[in-house]
Amino acid sequence: MSGNGSEPRKHTISVLVENKFGVLSRVAGLFSARGYNIESLSVGETLDPSVSRMTIVVTGDEFVIEQVTKQLHKLIDVIKVNDLTDDSHVERELVLIRVNAEPQHRAEIQRTADIFRARVVDVTPVSFVLEATGDEGKIEALLELLRPIGVQEVVRTGKIAIGRGPKTRVKRAPEKRRVSDDPRVVGFAD
Amino acid sequence: MKLPGARILLECLKREGVDIIFGLPGGAVLPIYDALYDFEGLRHILVRQEAAAGHAAEGYARATGRVGVCLVTSGPACTNLVTALQDAMMDSIPIVAFTGQVPTHLIGNDAFQEADNVGITRSATKHNFLVKDGKDLGPIIREAFHIAVTGRPGPVHVDLPKDILVKEAELIWPEKVVMRSYNPNYDGHPGQIKRAAKAMLRATQPVLYVGGGVISADAHAELRELAELTQIPVTTTLMGLGAFPSAHPLSLEMLGMHGTYYANMAVHHSDVLVAVGARFDDRVTGKVDAFAPHAEIIHIDIDPSSISKNLKVDVPIVGDCRRVLRGLIEAVKQEKDDPGARQSRQAAWHAQIAEWKRLQPLRYEWSDDVIKPQYVIQEISNLTRGDAMIVTGVGQHQMWAAQYYKFTRPRAWFTSGGLGTMGYGLPTAMGVQAAHPGKQVINIDGDGSFQMNSQEMATCFTEHLPVKTVIINNSGHGMVRQWQRIIYKERYCAIDLPQIPDWVKLAEAYGCVGLRVTKPSEVVPAIEKMLSTPAPVILDVIVDKDECVFPMVPAGGANTDMILAPPTREVRDKAEKSQTGF
Repeated sequence: MSGNGSEPRKHTISVLVENKFGVLSRVAGLFSARGYNIESLSVGETLDPSVSRMTIVVTGDEFVIEQVTKQLHKLIDVIKVNDLTDDSHVERELVLIRVNAEPQHRAEIQRTADIFRARVVDVTPVSFVLEATGDEGKIEALLELLRPIGVQEVVRTGKIAIGRGPKTRVKRAPEKRRVSDDPRVVGFAD
Repeated sequence: MKLPGARILLECLKREGVDIIFGLPGGAVLPIYDALYDFEGLRHILVRQEAAAGHAAEGYARATGRVGVCLVTSGPACTNLVTALQDAMMDSIPIVAFTGQVPTHLIGNDAFQEADNVGITRSATKHNFLVKDGKDLGPIIREAFHIAVTGRPGPVHVDLPKDILVKEAELIWPEKVVMRSYNPNYDGHPGQIKRAAKAMLRATQPVLYVGGGVISADAHAELRELAELTQIPVTTTLMGLGAFPSAHPLSLEMLGMHGTYYANMAVHHSDVLVAVGARFDDRVTGKVDAFAPHAEIIHIDIDPSSISKNLKVDVPIVGDCRRVLRGLIEAVKQEKDDPGARQSRQAAWHAQIAEWKRLQPLRYEWSDDVIKPQYVIQEISNLTRGDAMIVTGVGQHQMWAAQYYKFTRPRAWFTSGGLGTMGYGLPTAMGVQAAHPGKQVINIDGDGSFQMNSQEMATCFTEHLPVKTVIINNSGHGMVRQWQRIIYKERYCAIDLPQIPDWVKLAEAYGCVGLRVTKPSEVVPAIEKMLSTPAPVILDVIVDKDECVFPMVPAGGANTDMILAPPTREVRDKAEKSQTGF
């Protein structure tokens, strides 16, 4: 069922999977077999080493996303699927940028990096490598400012995302905490 | 207890209740065949091509409701098997396929007879495994059987490197299978069931649309009870044939591209459509926007991803068909609805359906000179009293079999629905016959379709599987011919199969019995002779090659735009000519 329903938009889908070989190709195969395009995908271990989390960004209308979610769930190795898009969540991406750094631009690059809380992690006589984290908007804004100076190469990790508040995706630790006392649930402002 | 991997495999199969393996040996699985040499309690049926092992396992699974098992070697054997795996995937048939693999240290080295088996079968299976450690064999086999047969059933593939089969390992056999990532939902939501029951009782023009899910869930008794309780007419998909008796007064028979006029009209005009274990396939819906346009749609399915995939559903119920239908029966009984009022509410609807049935029954033109294929199916139906196990290939003969055979019970109809695999008939019939040695198993095939796996006549002979094959022989790829005739303006291309081979001689060459008929008057005696022969028989029936399957909805058309049979003589007239009456 395509073409009807809502307008296509970007969705951030968080998927918990068994940490086994072949799982990534199952997930990737699901998207490619149906012609859905993955905008970004990142994988990493969770608190439980037998479980990995994939954060997938995909564009589609509500019917496409419903099918993506259901099909992901149908994979035997998938434990949980969560569309974070409309839930309160924080998302970040890490980017490494190698930019031209001729003497006359060095100060400007440095200032721009400071404003975006990016760091210079490598220096050569003619280039800087910057490291920055943030949501998509911030990364795009930084690249926009650096482009006139001459961006040589960009490497991005793809988006990772986490739900806000005390709700956790993996089984909660057995000890009880009062939410208001928990430093991890406050202070997400950038 | 330490055992070689191959022995562990056989022990596990036995514990899973496997009694028959369909297979073909080769280098990478030689350790398994060595272990089979003196292993008690497993029958191995040697097929002639690996796809046949897969189809035979499908036939076994569909006939018994248990998991079918096949075993082939690495590389080309696995690639040959892929068609059968995808077939089982599309039709939700529980099989477990074992393939050999080169030793673990050679994987990825382009070794002899190596292929990336799990990579190739990934999209053709419900799940697959590569065994990398002998101690995982037991748990993996346990999970494979569990996954194949639970939830929406499907094929599972286990790839076995040769060194794993040779090395000794501990036999680990978990009593229970617990998987945190796989827990299918069997019980439908009670609130949704109640909503569905209310909608069904409110309806004045309801239809039950039933698919293969009812058969795999063994829910035919519940379906019949619900239909009779609510007096809702029942139409089935190709996969659902047998879930409801064809001759039942509430039966509309098959719907869709080659469905009956009355089934397609009833669905189109329905105000409530209850889909049970069916998935709104394009061969059923035709043009989706024009399918049941006025109906409130209730969809019962074990697979959440089937729901609202092709068509927006109003009342989705995820669960096992049998349990949900049981729930619906209870919910309907609880609603205070007087059966008299129910009847009067639907009276006009039943009258309308009866009128459609009277106007456009299934029919064809009788001929005294040339055999009409539909007539052959009718006589097979008459002479077996609808009690045979009917298997088909893919093509015109398949559709005629679906239309004209009078189905009486579930698990007696075997056809490749989703994938449309030509050559499916004979190997599947072998699996059915192996599961039910005493039953009459009839493979209704086409001359094009049969040729794709005709080598399995050898298996029938050597393994004492007295499968009966009726070739509806129209000297060509009939369904392609029909489309070229109707849709491509008679520009016939690449469809002729002139009487080669001589099927009677070929049957005899394989040790089977060959028969041929060319005249209508010979049909009944030949079928009788075939049925009474205790050996595999090939009955070559030379039929009218111009005959087409009607009704026909051109692909992508609305189901109401059926092309109907040229209105010549009613089926009733032909009944007089039938030598057995029906």
